Amino acid sequence: MGSGHGQELNLTLKVWRQKNTKATGSFETHQLTGISVDMSFLEMFDVLNEKLISEGKEAIAFDHDCREGICGMCSMYINGRPHGPKQGVTTCQLHMRSFKTGDTIIVEPWRSGAFPVVKDLAVDRSAFDRIIASGGYISVNTGNAQDANNILIPKTDADEAFGAAACIGCGACVAACKNSSAMLFVSAKVSQLALLPQGQVERKERVLKMVAQMDEEGFGNCTNTGACEAECPKGISLENIARMNRELMGATFK
Amino acid sequence: MSKLDSKIPEGSIEQKWTKYRSSIALVNPANKRSLEVLVVGSGLAGASAAATLAEAGYKVKVFCFQDSPRRAHSIAAQGGINAAKNYQNDGDSTYRLFYDTIKGGDYRAREANVHRLAEVSTSIIDQCVAQGVPLAREYGGLLSNRSFGGTQVQRTFYAAGQTGQQLLLGAYSALQRQVGSGNIELCHRHEMLDIVTIDGVTRGIIARNLITGEMEKHFGHAVLLCTGGYGNVFYLSTNAMGSNVTAAWKAHKKGAFFANPCYTQIHPTCIPVSGDHQSKLTLMSESLRNDGRIWVPKKKDDTRKATDIPEEERDYYLERRYPAFGNLVPRDVASRAAKERCDAGYGVGKSKMAVYLDFAFNTARYGKTEAIKQNIHNPSHEQIMTLGKAVVKEKYGNLFTMYEQITGENPYEVPMRIYPAVHYTMGGLWVDYNLMTTVKGLYALGEANFSDHGANRLGASALMQGLADGYFVIPYTLGVYLSAEVTRMSAEKDKSDSIDKLKTNHPAFETALKEQTDLINKFLNIKGTKSVESFHKRLGLIIWNKCGMARNKQGLLDAIAEIQALRKEFWSDVRVLGTADEFNPDLEKAGRVADFIELGELMCKDALNREESCGGHFREEHQTEEGEAKRDDVNFAYVAAWEYKGVSEWELNKEELKYENIKIAQRSYK
Repeated sequence: MGSGHGQELNLTLKVWRQKNTKATGSFETHQLTGISVDMSFLEMFDVLNEKLISEGKEAIAFDHDCREGICGMCSMYINGRPHGPKQGVTTCQLHMRSFKTGDTIIVEPWRSGAFPVVKDLAVDRSAFDRIIASGGYISVNTGNAQDANNILIPKTDADEAFGAAACIGCGACVAACKNSSAMLFVSAKVSQLALLPQGQVERKERVLKMVAQMDEEGFGNCTNTGACEAECPKGISLENIARMNRELMGATFK
Repeated sequence: MSKLDSKIPEGSIEQKWTKYRSSIALVNPANKRSLEVLVVGSGLAGASAAATLAEAGYKVKVFCFQDSPRRAHSIAAQGGINAAKNYQNDGDSTYRLFYDTIKGGDYRAREANVHRLAEVSTSIIDQCVAQGVPLAREYGGLLSNRSFGGTQVQRTFYAAGQTGQQLLLGAYSALQRQVGSGNIELCHRHEMLDIVTIDGVTRGIIARNLITGEMEKHFGHAVLLCTGGYGNVFYLSTNAMGSNVTAAWKAHKKGAFFANPCYTQIHPTCIPVSGDHQSKLTLMSESLRNDGRIWVPKKKDDTRKATDIPEEERDYYLERRYPAFGNLVPRDVASRAAKERCDAGYGVGKSKMAVYLDFAFNTARYGKTEAIKQNIHNPSHEQIMTLGKAVVKEKYGNLFTMYEQITGENPYEVPMRIYPAVHYTMGGLWVDYNLMTTVKGLYALGEANFSDHGANRLGASALMQGLADGYFVIPYTLGVYLSAEVTRMSAEKDKSDSIDKLKTNHPAFETALKEQTDLINKFLNIKGTKSVESFHKRLGLIIWNKCGMARNKQGLLDAIAEIQALRKEFWSDVRVLGTADEFNPDLEKAGRVADFIELGELMCKDALNREESCGGHFREEHQTEEGEAKRDDVNFAYVAAWEYKGVSEWELNKEELKYENIKIAQRSYK
């Protein structure tokens, strides 16, 4: 059994409520008792929402889907940190054993001008999709591929590309950054494709287009504080940002 | 005469697809630009189909209920994707993949579809690698493979325990590329609520914008449902919280037959339920069975710690019962064997509803190999285990971390506790060889259809099927229908009230829109006392207990009565708060649960009808002396395709399954 199995917590929750994108939001306080330490953070929210519905109050809207830490949909800013106090996990993989009874937990949506609040804790991250649409791909129509083993890729390069490709597009990097910079997200995709032989043809064009789109979406500049890397649930490295800056230099000054 | 025409082409199994593909009528590029295709769902099947069709020149719209197409649940697939590349030179071939899949499916899949799947499997790997999908590689730069259940070759390609993520991001990038070029219109946070048919032909869909609540009409010459499976009918499953049957179910009610709904896959290796609060279950990839050995104590109610139980007091029951395949038997077999041991009182953990998945043996084996590689002589046990753990971490690191997050236990030190959980649904909308449903112009791809996995899907075959349908099948087979559409359009071009001119102004769209708007208002106006969630939980329990890993006649009859009562209670006492014209996740869920309740009844009805055991469908009345599934090929070698006739009423249509290339036999993994 896990440590502290069977324990229960009493908690105070301060949750951001906002009717829609245009409305002004505010915090709402809720008391919860008897929360099992084995629950996930989102299961604790399920309990709260069931309680609200039973009281005739509208449930709190929040984004979530796979609850396995891979889809990137969950996005809560918990006690001042994206995805909460534990390193390397998404909100859905955060468990209540990380909290103590009597704790007050403050829950907000991602805060960034480029991620407008849809309702309560749910935000609109379609800016990320538009950045990918601007160049985050290799232009290869279906049916054009050669045999997969004709492209030899050193294991170290493949592993490094995979490390960058592990980004789940949750936006915690943006939420963590005081400038709302999306550099970690964009650089992860630029790096993945720049590290692979398949990505060479469009290498320069790709980084220029993606950075231009990133700027157009209103994300801020990078000042190298490293908050993004510290809060990334998938451990995407700052080295990707350095690589993207080199790529950008290379593409700008031919 | 049967209402079902599977449209399987003539010719030898090896030649069917190649010949057919080359004889399908083509649509010229100019005409493609005037043909609109609606793709519902953005997982592997949807994203790959949308991207490929847009590349070909069709006008495509993609709908997904999530905030981005990249969230689709294909993203969570862990272990791998099969392809008959034979890169390992271990005897693999198209035929062997075909054979393994038919046998794995317990001889309840359609031969022609499965052979096509095996044929195109190799092109999928090529396509994904070309897109920059970082699949695992060996030091020489070549692609790496591993084993999965139900096979004796290594044909599974993978990217750590995140294969689905990497493949989906590949398909997503191809999709976004077309969005960026203006060839695809993306409708995210949109949920399809109904299809629109005119004179029995699909002409579009009704969708709800989930942010504004606005009800929208969308015209299309063809509609592709790529909406995944219905595992969430069980409430607890490894599916994402939002995965639902609504699109497929609404299509079913508009005339699309639903095939083999009782074929559900209970995956053997999942993290066990820990309490009533649990909202979902988490899979531990089948790939772990490459290196994990499954066991329970030989003694009943053994309360010792796993690590304190000596080797000779452990029962490696899969290795004992199935020496040829051992821990790599197919999922249905492994799940039932775990249930059998737990039911007999040998289960472990607090709930006694779990078995061990133990990595110690293979960690030591890897450690010894590493020690030799690194020239360490006479390594200590500790050194060996440290070296071994590093190897295990590289292979399965993310899964081990996930296990520890959820359970609070470290699987590098103690064996994992696992138990079967609902994972995949082999049943789905009936489709012909072209992937068209029984409604003209309506297609179903990937997990949403029924066609390729029979009564049990082999591991690493879902990703293969989703991408095969999307990249390499539908782009051809859609031409059969759309080329005829071109002819029709040209014949009707001077008609002032042709559907091509009216599009969403046709009155059928207005009628469908009003029906769905009324339905939404109905949910909100019940103003009952019980939450949507509570109905979903109750439905799940009924189905899990009576239509889960083991089924019997009385249980199924009881379940049907209970589900019918639950449906009545739902429609009189559900409480849905908020309004229709805002972001309202509870309202979305109400619609999904209403559809799950209806589907649940059909599942039980189908399970009741199928008086045999096959694959994931295990009727307790039909088992061999050793407790294995006992098929009845004389009476049940057919696809059960159900036609909706009204509330609680269905008519059974049968598609006979013909095995011309594989000799139908009792499945054996011993």
